Amino acid sequence: MKNIKKNIIQASYFGQEGHIASALSILDILFVLYDKVPNLSLSKIDSNDRDILILSKGHASLAHAAVLEANKFITKSELMSYCSHESILGGHLNMKKVPGVEASTGSLGHGIAISVGMALASKIKKIQNRVFVIVGDGECNEGTFWESMLLASNHNLDNLCCIVDYNRSNDRALKLDSLHQKIKAFGWHVEEIDGHSHKEIISSLNSLSVDKPKAIIANTIKGYGIREMENNPAWHHRTPTKEELKQMIKELS
Amino acid sequence: MRAQFVKTVSKLIKSDENVVLLLGDIGVFGFRDMFVQYPERTYNIGILEQSTISLAAGLSLSNLIPIVHTIAPFIVERALEQIKVDLGYQELGANLVSVGASYDYAALGCTHHCPADVPTLNEIPGIEIVVPGHPDEFDKLFNQNYDNGNTTYFRLSEAKNIHAFNVEFNKNIVIQEKGEIVIIAVGTMLEVVLEASKNLDVTIIYCTTVKPFDFSTISKYLSKKILIIEPYYSGPILNNILRKTRNINGYFSSIGVPNDFINKYGSKADIDSMIGLDSKTIRRRILETISE
Repeated sequence: MKNIKKNIIQASYFGQEGHIASALSILDILFVLYDKVPNLSLSKIDSNDRDILILSKGHASLAHAAVLEANKFITKSELMSYCSHESILGGHLNMKKVPGVEASTGSLGHGIAISVGMALASKIKKIQNRVFVIVGDGECNEGTFWESMLLASNHNLDNLCCIVDYNRSNDRALKLDSLHQKIKAFGWHVEEIDGHSHKEIISSLNSLSVDKPKAIIANTIKGYGIREMENNPAWHHRTPTKEELKQMIKELS
Repeated sequence: MRAQFVKTVSKLIKSDENVVLLLGDIGVFGFRDMFVQYPERTYNIGILEQSTISLAAGLSLSNLIPIVHTIAPFIVERALEQIKVDLGYQELGANLVSVGASYDYAALGCTHHCPADVPTLNEIPGIEIVVPGHPDEFDKLFNQNYDNGNTTYFRLSEAKNIHAFNVEFNKNIVIQEKGEIVIIAVGTMLEVVLEASKNLDVTIIYCTTVKPFDFSTISKYLSKKILIIEPYYSGPILNNILRKTRNINGYFSSIGVPNDFINKYGSKADIDSMIGLDSKTIRRRILETISE
């Protein structure tokens, strides 16, 4: 994990781009997904029954790219080329360019509805797979998030698992308050976990809900693991200087 | 055309197991048999157009063929970013079929008008735009195209031409070749143009695919006076011609719905006369062009 975090900081430093704090907020979730969900592996990439992961909060792409590198979907040099002109990796990942990326997200509130479509497609085609989607709490402001909540429960998409990265960065704009009850009222099975506890993430991913889509509200810390960055809004869309890079790498060593 | 849409799509739901119909709570009664026979691929998805387009993109990513159907402003203007990003940018196959055209719902007012649908979608890279002029043409064009892997917008309208032509996707038809004036008529404007140009020596080209535009049919007329007559805000055909060539020495006039809100009610015919898309006004425009 520490190496992946270092890679995130370094890739952002080289590319002078990226939402590092958002990436660190979801890194544990992504790490566990690729580590523990066997059908998300590189060997299943062309299988119709592969599990699907959509990063609806596309700006946290650094975490996704770094985890894809750790799982051999892309190379280290590709990761370190992040956001350079010829790179396969932009600030929001393009599914046409990056193996393992199922949808080109970036505009908030799109990936969640796409994931509903993919989960519905699996039901239509009788494919026994799971569709995971990671949304941010800010993204939960979007009407399409709530439309998707309605659609998924209405069509009993129990193959869909929505993980909400609840780092509360959006509280300054539009508080979600009782998010658990709200999603539950939309007909979902809801669990709430510590989004940095691998044990809790694993346990939550393993427990399946029957006849209902499942939401995991992952309580997270934006910028998790780097003291200067944790819950510091200044780091929402900032890249480190050379000196900051040195300090962060030291902190992670 | 809506009745034909129901027939054409019902047939495809039966014959192609990849077809999935998503209705925005309109046209539901027409598909009542499909809801019973193919419930897993026939949905009255609800009144949530943005998520419907993204959901359609999800189906398409899973190699299904979505057909989304609702009223033009809601499918095009409300869900525009979803069409742009989820279908256009991701280069996915989908079919968007609208009703209402520019002002078929004349009596309902501007919220239900959509003369911007074609000009707006014309600016999204890769999106195909089909404007049939007759129900039979819709059937032909839809069957030719629905599974071609691209996103295609089909514009249904209440109006229709008297006769159907043997249309092909991305192919203009030269209806008649006479004189020095060339009229490009899009979709249901053909009937108006035929009426307006009675006994006049004009060349008439019929267009049912706005994008990609069949430039080859009109390239030889570029030094003549060209009148483009479109049933939506004017511009897309001329834009698409200018994107193909710089070699224009002729005369162009682009006639369509004026760029104003239509704050009157009544029937489509009332609005046609009010804004000059009726045969009488079009004839006057043709005669003016001849004498200019």
